[in-house]
Amino acid sequence: MSSLQGVERSALDTVRHGLSLTPEFRRGLAGTLALAVFATLGKVIVPIAVQQTIDRGLGGAVPDVPFIRTTVVVCAVAVVVTALCGYLMNVRLYKATEASLATLRVRGFRHVHDLSVLTQNSERRGALVSRVTGDVDQISAFMQWGGLMIIVAVGQLLVASAVMFVYSWQLALLIWACFLPLLVALPRFQRWLSAAYTRVRERTGDMLAAVSESVVGAAVIRAHGSEARTAERLDTAIEANKAAQARTQRIVATVFPLTEIVAAIALAAVVLVGVRLGVGDGITEGGLVLFLFLITLFVSPMQIATEVLNEAQNAIAGWRRVLGVLDTPPDVADPGPDGVELPRGPISVSFENVGFAYPGGPPVLREVSVDIPPRSRIAVVGETGSGKTTFAKLLTRLMDPVSGRVTVDGEDLREVRFSSLRERIVMVPQDGFLFDGTLAENIRFGRPEATDAEIALAMTELGLADWVEGLPAGLDTPVGQRGESLSAGERQLVALARAYLADPDLLLLDEATSAVDPATEVRLARALEGVTRGRTAVSIAHRLSTAEAADEVLVFEHGRIVQRGPHAELVGRPGVYADLHASWVTASHS
Amino acid sequence: MTSKVTSAVMRQGLRVLGAAIRAEKAVFTAAVVSSALYGVMTVASARALGWTTEYVVLPAFRQGETATGAITLGMVLILGTALLKALGVAGRRYFAGVMQYRMQARSRRDVTRQYLRLPLAWHHRHPTGQLLSNASADAEAAWAPLAPLPMAVGVIVMLVTAAVALVLTDVMLALVGFLIFPAIALLNLVYQRRLSPLVTRAQQFRAEVSEIAHESFDGALVVKTLGREDTETARFRARAEELRDANVAVGRVRGLFDPMLEALPTLGVLAVLLVGAVRLESGAITSGVLVEVAYLFTLLAFPIRALGWVLAELPRAVVGYERVQAVLTATGSMEYGTATLTSGAPARLEVRDLDYAYGDFQVLHGVTFEVEPGRTVALVGPTGSGKSTLAQTFVRLVDPAAGAVLVDGTDLREVARGGVSDAVALVPQQTFLFDDTVRGNVTLGLPVSDQDVWQALRLAQADGFVSALSSGLDTMVGERGTTLSGGQRQRLALARALVRRPRLLVLDDATSSVDPQVEAKILYGLRDAAATSAASTVVVVAYRMATIALADQVVYLEHGRVADQGSHEDLLARCEGYRNLVTAYEREEAEREALESDEEINA
Repeated sequence: MSSLQGVERSALDTVRHGLSLTPEFRRGLAGTLALAVFATLGKVIVPIAVQQTIDRGLGGAVPDVPFIRTTVVVCAVAVVVTALCGYLMNVRLYKATEASLATLRVRGFRHVHDLSVLTQNSERRGALVSRVTGDVDQISAFMQWGGLMIIVAVGQLLVASAVMFVYSWQLALLIWACFLPLLVALPRFQRWLSAAYTRVRERTGDMLAAVSESVVGAAVIRAHGSEARTAERLDTAIEANKAAQARTQRIVATVFPLTEIVAAIALAAVVLVGVRLGVGDGITEGGLVLFLFLITLFVSPMQIATEVLNEAQNAIAGWRRVLGVLDTPPDVADPGPDGVELPRGPISVSFENVGFAYPGGPPVLREVSVDIPPRSRIAVVGETGSGKTTFAKLLTRLMDPVSGRVTVDGEDLREVRFSSLRERIVMVPQDGFLFDGTLAENIRFGRPEATDAEIALAMTELGLADWVEGLPAGLDTPVGQRGESLSAGERQLVALARAYLADPDLLLLDEATSAVDPATEVRLARALEGVTRGRTAVSIAHRLSTAEAADEVLVFEHGRIVQRGPHAELVGRPGVYADLHASWVTASHS
Repeated sequence: MTSKVTSAVMRQGLRVLGAAIRAEKAVFTAAVVSSALYGVMTVASARALGWTTEYVVLPAFRQGETATGAITLGMVLILGTALLKALGVAGRRYFAGVMQYRMQARSRRDVTRQYLRLPLAWHHRHPTGQLLSNASADAEAAWAPLAPLPMAVGVIVMLVTAAVALVLTDVMLALVGFLIFPAIALLNLVYQRRLSPLVTRAQQFRAEVSEIAHESFDGALVVKTLGREDTETARFRARAEELRDANVAVGRVRGLFDPMLEALPTLGVLAVLLVGAVRLESGAITSGVLVEVAYLFTLLAFPIRALGWVLAELPRAVVGYERVQAVLTATGSMEYGTATLTSGAPARLEVRDLDYAYGDFQVLHGVTFEVEPGRTVALVGPTGSGKSTLAQTFVRLVDPAAGAVLVDGTDLREVARGGVSDAVALVPQQTFLFDDTVRGNVTLGLPVSDQDVWQALRLAQADGFVSALSSGLDTMVGERGTTLSGGQRQRLALARALVRRPRLLVLDDATSSVDPQVEAKILYGLRDAAATSAASTVVVVAYRMATIALADQVVYLEHGRVADQGSHEDLLARCEGYRNLVTAYEREEAEREALESDEEINA
């Protein structure tokens, strides 16, 4: 379940809050709107020119050509001026929206990183990405097209109606009477369309998921010969997507022509009533023709209304999702400049009655109290699900305890500045994620200012120089997306080197060498032991060789530390550790 | 990347459209006929309005009366043309959409079929993201011009009809039209030529922004644990700002041309009024004609842009089409023979002088060994020695560059499609679960009874946790399903292989995340089963001594070569590399104990 709900907001509130986060957009907005009004006025120039020509230019026995010429020139100037206003408005709009959305994107991106791992993991990664990409694009599409269309359409309707009422209020009312039913029906069309689009989005999502499965699961599909079944699943998803798309097309294909017919009815009604009205009352022939031209201004706003309303809804939904990220407070927050700065040097950690439970879940750690003195080597062991990894996440402050506290050199971990904390305590997780780039670039991620020589030295110190030499391009070997060009074990070697280069005072290894062969693992362990003298080291171990070398072993079971002490002492005593060790020895020794 | 509307792009684009038209003749015809109806009726509706002005409106004002017949005819003309036009619009929109969606679905089917057909080696050469976008965004872009195409055809019909009507009505007014409309078309062409490269560039930045976000969020844990949030944000910001600037550049061009395209027809109408007044003065035309032509210009102003939309989509379509074609014409698809592997007994595996390379980097050199039916072989070697690659050749996920893999004496390349996976099953190191139920993930469509599924789960030591799941076999797993631990996922993957009763089972470090006690149970279970019904030959890639000890024979790999092979005891005795690897823990222990006792003595 996503924990990025943020705050419940109405549509208007969402937009207002969204805009308040991006001052770039509001700056100069009034000027942009004023330009939009002038640009819209251009739409009624032709109808008025036609009316003037007919009534005043052609009213007499012979056409008044000089008058018509003057009218045309004045109107032409007006057209050019309104077009210029349109240009200026467009540029201002694009600049303002793009600037504000870039800010929103970057803020969203940063905020995602500031959220705790717990919150990050509650959301699919793809969904998080779309909150700073697709969702923002949706807002921008609306602001630059839909939003502008609404302004233009409303402006067009208002200006046309105003001119109509000036010439003949009766005919103006008649036209409104013709279009009113359509206007009333529009929200309903929009609901249909929106439901249909939602369906398309869902079907497209299903289709993409099916395609992604067939690509990511390529090896499994081939290994078990399930191509036919996969093809069938793909076809079903592709067909369903096509059917959903065709449905939206049917709705659009209904609304568009309907507007044309309504416009024709209005046209006919205006002629019919105008002819009768004009003869009796004061409307001129030019005035009547003006109405015929103005009706065309009603058509496009009605035609695009459903699409624009739909886009507006999408934009608001997009905004909600972006704000959903920004509104979610980072539950593991950096105390920032007010926080404590830890001086570098040997480090001690204490757990004081620490308890932890995932939201809505049972406790996974209970009353854990332990002191890890400076320069000590601690091994944490236990079965899967005993609380080892939770212990590691609390120690590195990826999560905060629900009860009790964790202290570093006597300071509560929650009071320590992140910049200081991340410098002093570094964890190497089991799945060492690598970025697309070279080996050297990935290792340098631990310390960006490190030189090539320092990286090479680090690899030598870790006993990995031979391995690097065996790679096609040594340190410049590309690792591929997510490091997939390397084997699982090799990725772990890079992750370890990266953390080692970061040079922390406490190094925490969370099954960091689980996929590495025993000889390399032992060599690494020994190398680390040598080079980390003076540092504190905590290893969560799947293979108990690490425990044998540790100063102290912490044995976890059901979220508690049930045994502790050096290996030699624990192994002789009946209990959890002796059992674990016995089964490990059977599994790993000849 | 082609992004400009060059003549080459135009030609290629027209070829793409031609392919679509040939594939969907009926739908395209329906769309074009509808659109032509729309085009003709647009001109006709202007005519109807002009006629009504001339014979209904003006007489009413000038003579104070209108014949009832004329009024009726005027109404019929206005409503009739509108009705037919509406029909045209509806047909055009619907059929154009259907055509576009059909072609997209067709490309997607072809591309995904090809994905399933192409060998794994091809997949390894192409990033996942690219394959996904070939099937989604590229297939969509390739056929994007199909939606406005019938409209464009309709507009051409409209323009021709209008030109004829104008010439027939008044040559001078027609001249105005012949100046204005080509000018609009030309402006449109210039517009699209300026715009497309900018749009393509913005698209590129958008993809890059998305890539950075994807990678950065995927690696969020690393970013956090190393405190690299600031540098990551800076990396993202740089690209987001480039995207912003690219979008503003697009906006500048749009902002300039859109008002111009709007103003041009308006100026045309004004010109019509001016020229029309002079013509009216000379008695060449009537007021009704003037209104008609002015109205026609107003109606034509918007549709004429549809020509530009097709042009605008063409470069993107060509790129999309080429990417889709690249997949469809990709070679290296696996050739299959006709041999079958039908015997029911455990298979005999023979690996002969096998070489394999990733690009220029050779990872396996002349690997040769044999496994007798029913035996268990352990493949052992240091990290990066080529074990996983070798395991993949046994199920023909990849073909060796040289040498061969033979099962029961048959080269796997001679076996008919689907034949290898019927006989051999691989459980890979990294587990992949489909978005499906437990049952679906185990059977993968194989028609087997639930009883068989449970039996496979039992053998994989997975029956316990599966029966504890909320819906048992029907529980959804995979990305959107119940979260399973690494060990649980591995056990499901093992059951997936076992339910197929393979004659050769290949386990590639397939139980690395399973607790040692459970792993032992699985291995003993497999050995017991081998003694009874589910007999099979087993190749297991392993580090753990317990696993190796179960094997009848060990093949030890070093730097992609078989360094030695034989029984575990023999290798321990004679092969130093092997000894170092498998006894690493024991030696470590012994050395440490020795060291500690030294320290005690010294102390």
